[in-house]
Amino acid sequence: MSSSVLLGKLDWSAIPLNEPLPLISAAVVVAVIAAILGLVTYKRAWPYFWKEWITSVDHKRVGVMYVVLALVMLLRGFADALMMRSQLAMAAGTAHGYLPPDHYNQIFSAHGTIMIFFVAMTFMVGLMNFVVPLQIGARDVAFPVLNSVSFWLTASGALLLNMSLVIGEFARTGWLVYPPLSELAYSPGVGVDYYLWSLQISGVGTLLSGVNLTTTILKLRAPGMGYSRMPIFTWTALASNLLIIAAFPILTATLGMLLLDRYLGFHFFTNDGGGNAMMYINLIWAWGHPEVYILILPAFGVFSEVIATFSGKALFGYRSMVIATMGICILSFMVWLHHFFTMGAGADVNGFFGIMTMIIAIPTGVKVFNWLFTLYGGTVRFNTPLLWAIGFMITFVIGGMTGVLMAVPPADFVLHNSLFLVAHFHNVVIGGVVFGAFAGYTYWFPKAFGFTLDERLGKASFWCWLIGFYLAFMPLYLLGLMGATRRMQHYPETGWQPMMIVALVGALVIFAGILLTIAQLVVSIRTRDQRRDHSGDPWQGRTLEWSTRSPPPEYNFARLPQIKGLDAWHQAREEGRKTLEAAPYDPAEKLHVPRGSATGFVAAFFSVAMGFALVWHIWWLAIIGLVGIVATGLVHAWRTVHDIEVIPEDTDLARLIGPSPP
Amino acid sequence: MANANDRSSNIPDNTPEQHGHAEGQGHDAQGKPPGETPDLRAGVLKYLAGLGGSIILTLASFWAAGTDQVWGPGIPVLLAALAIAQMGVHLVFFLHISSGPENTNNILALAFGVFVVALVVFGSMIIMANLNSHMLPMDKLLQMQR
Repeated sequence: MSSSVLLGKLDWSAIPLNEPLPLISAAVVVAVIAAILGLVTYKRAWPYFWKEWITSVDHKRVGVMYVVLALVMLLRGFADALMMRSQLAMAAGTAHGYLPPDHYNQIFSAHGTIMIFFVAMTFMVGLMNFVVPLQIGARDVAFPVLNSVSFWLTASGALLLNMSLVIGEFARTGWLVYPPLSELAYSPGVGVDYYLWSLQISGVGTLLSGVNLTTTILKLRAPGMGYSRMPIFTWTALASNLLIIAAFPILTATLGMLLLDRYLGFHFFTNDGGGNAMMYINLIWAWGHPEVYILILPAFGVFSEVIATFSGKALFGYRSMVIATMGICILSFMVWLHHFFTMGAGADVNGFFGIMTMIIAIPTGVKVFNWLFTLYGGTVRFNTPLLWAIGFMITFVIGGMTGVLMAVPPADFVLHNSLFLVAHFHNVVIGGVVFGAFAGYTYWFPKAFGFTLDERLGKASFWCWLIGFYLAFMPLYLLGLMGATRRMQHYPETGWQPMMIVALVGALVIFAGILLTIAQLVVSIRTRDQRRDHSGDPWQGRTLEWSTRSPPPEYNFARLPQIKGLDAWHQAREEGRKTLEAAPYDPAEKLHVPRGSATGFVAAFFSVAMGFALVWHIWWLAIIGLVGIVATGLVHAWRTVHDIEVIPEDTDLARLIGPSPP
Repeated sequence: MANANDRSSNIPDNTPEQHGHAEGQGHDAQGKPPGETPDLRAGVLKYLAGLGGSIILTLASFWAAGTDQVWGPGIPVLLAALAIAQMGVHLVFFLHISSGPENTNNILALAFGVFVVALVVFGSMIIMANLNSHMLPMDKLLQMQR
């Protein structure tokens, strides 16, 4: 490929004009984006979006934007899933389906990358962002502007990844770009570069968000909220963010070394020059295994809140839940080798990591029993969030057991890289993280927007996801045991085809579930006046977020609450007060909220420019992007107005009765 | 926002009743970031001392990598020691980690960080050494290919 100073490696051959499929899907995406932008312009809503959303540093707004981004990316990732399932339902025996191997490889790589980094991760960070400050009685996160920067960097990564659909190509290497395949010698195109820069940019955002939320939980809890009075979702958020801080630098460093290999001719992971590709696999999983707990721990927190609320009981075994959470937090760093038992380590090393993997199932088991005992004897209300939680408990236990099975190294030697493995991790990620995300989405939606979601459509969506999941993935367990491998574009064994068709039907049922979620949102918005939540507490919740009105005011709490026990809001309701007690305060003290800032959006703009330029070797643009990012930070550092004063509304003041000012 | 600037030095765990921004969001009351010296001159001197220390350690590493004054196999050990010293300088002079009573969270975070780094570094060394010990020596491998 030729290279020019102005455009680097970029020329017209980057646009897939001869491949109708990506071109059509790209045209649809561009048309949808153009329609949305046109509608916003037509409604003259740009000032509103700019002021209230794009430059907002309010943790609730940022959290909602994270969840919206995750839902949009879920559609993209799920389109990939449908394409893979339909390809495999066709491509048996002599048939080769409709996707050429080259395109199929890009699809499964993009599917994994999008679903983990831009759906699961983004959704969970969004929920934590929205809920944690409300749950601990804080007015915002510790660093509100940084929070907005984190979100916009995540969005930049997502945008860069999606640009690869139209301009150039995506990686064909699987979602973790193992070398030597991902090295320049075997992947000379821009696909791996898109992957690497997209993840480096969004990884910075994730790390900053982890620092921010950890600081928030450690430093901004309401007066009186000691560690033993922290809601369990906040505990799991703390564990998850500690894991982000500890694990994401490993990812950044590992991908950084691969970038040096690809851009500057280093030999970290090449086969020549003293490199070792196995070191990459070792390092990427030293991040990768904590990563799965970064995703699942907040989901555990959501289920704990949901099950306690809808059972009308305090969570069974709060202390054991906290210990199990923190135990998983530590143990998750000691099991990473189980992802590569077959790489060639000896029996002693494999045995150690196999046993550690089995041990990590114990705290998870403790949690399952705690949830069961919370439900037992409670006045259980079967609302949509609880259905997700029960569906999770059944599905996740199955996924956990197949996981423990594969923790046995000899069994793993048979099952490694088979569809059994694919079924296992979808079993825990869909049954755990996705169900948790939707449980949290339905549970906290009325808090975020002031009206509840339609229950009937929500339940229908749940049943589609649950049934669709079993139809789609149980056949894969069997196929895996029969010897079907992952990442295959077609297979000679026609006997596998019936089960591949069942799996496609399952994916279509899940698709119906996604459509029902969209329908639920549309119907609920149209009938919002009948479903307003005037109390602020539609579910009889237990934690502080339900003490504010819905949606909460920008400052969350007119006065900071004084916390005297676990489940303080439940306590207040039991005593018939429906108000929290305020902490002592200075009446002269004014209430301040952080001022909106475009720092995040502008920095993200330059990050996209830089990432795109680095992918295509357009060096002048990369320099402009880098200088722009630094300049944005400097402009922000020299700002003069940090926050603005607000007068709390009387209705919000009335929600806290307090000691009279000293 | 006051909360954002309020890095009050109280530790929430043992003394929840009086922690953090309870003091009326008052970052002026005791809002000094943990470990920061009150006096600007002393603060600047501390940063300069840190800068000097890390420059010396960096130069020492470059010297050690190319020298023949040190016993050859000892050089990697020396480089590792210099790297750890560099981290120490950064933690003390730039990140203001001290053993003071207001530093419990920082020390716990540091302990967790050291634990994870140790796990990853020593875990990787054991794993890679174990893999290498199972590899055929290169001459045998070449013989088999013939």
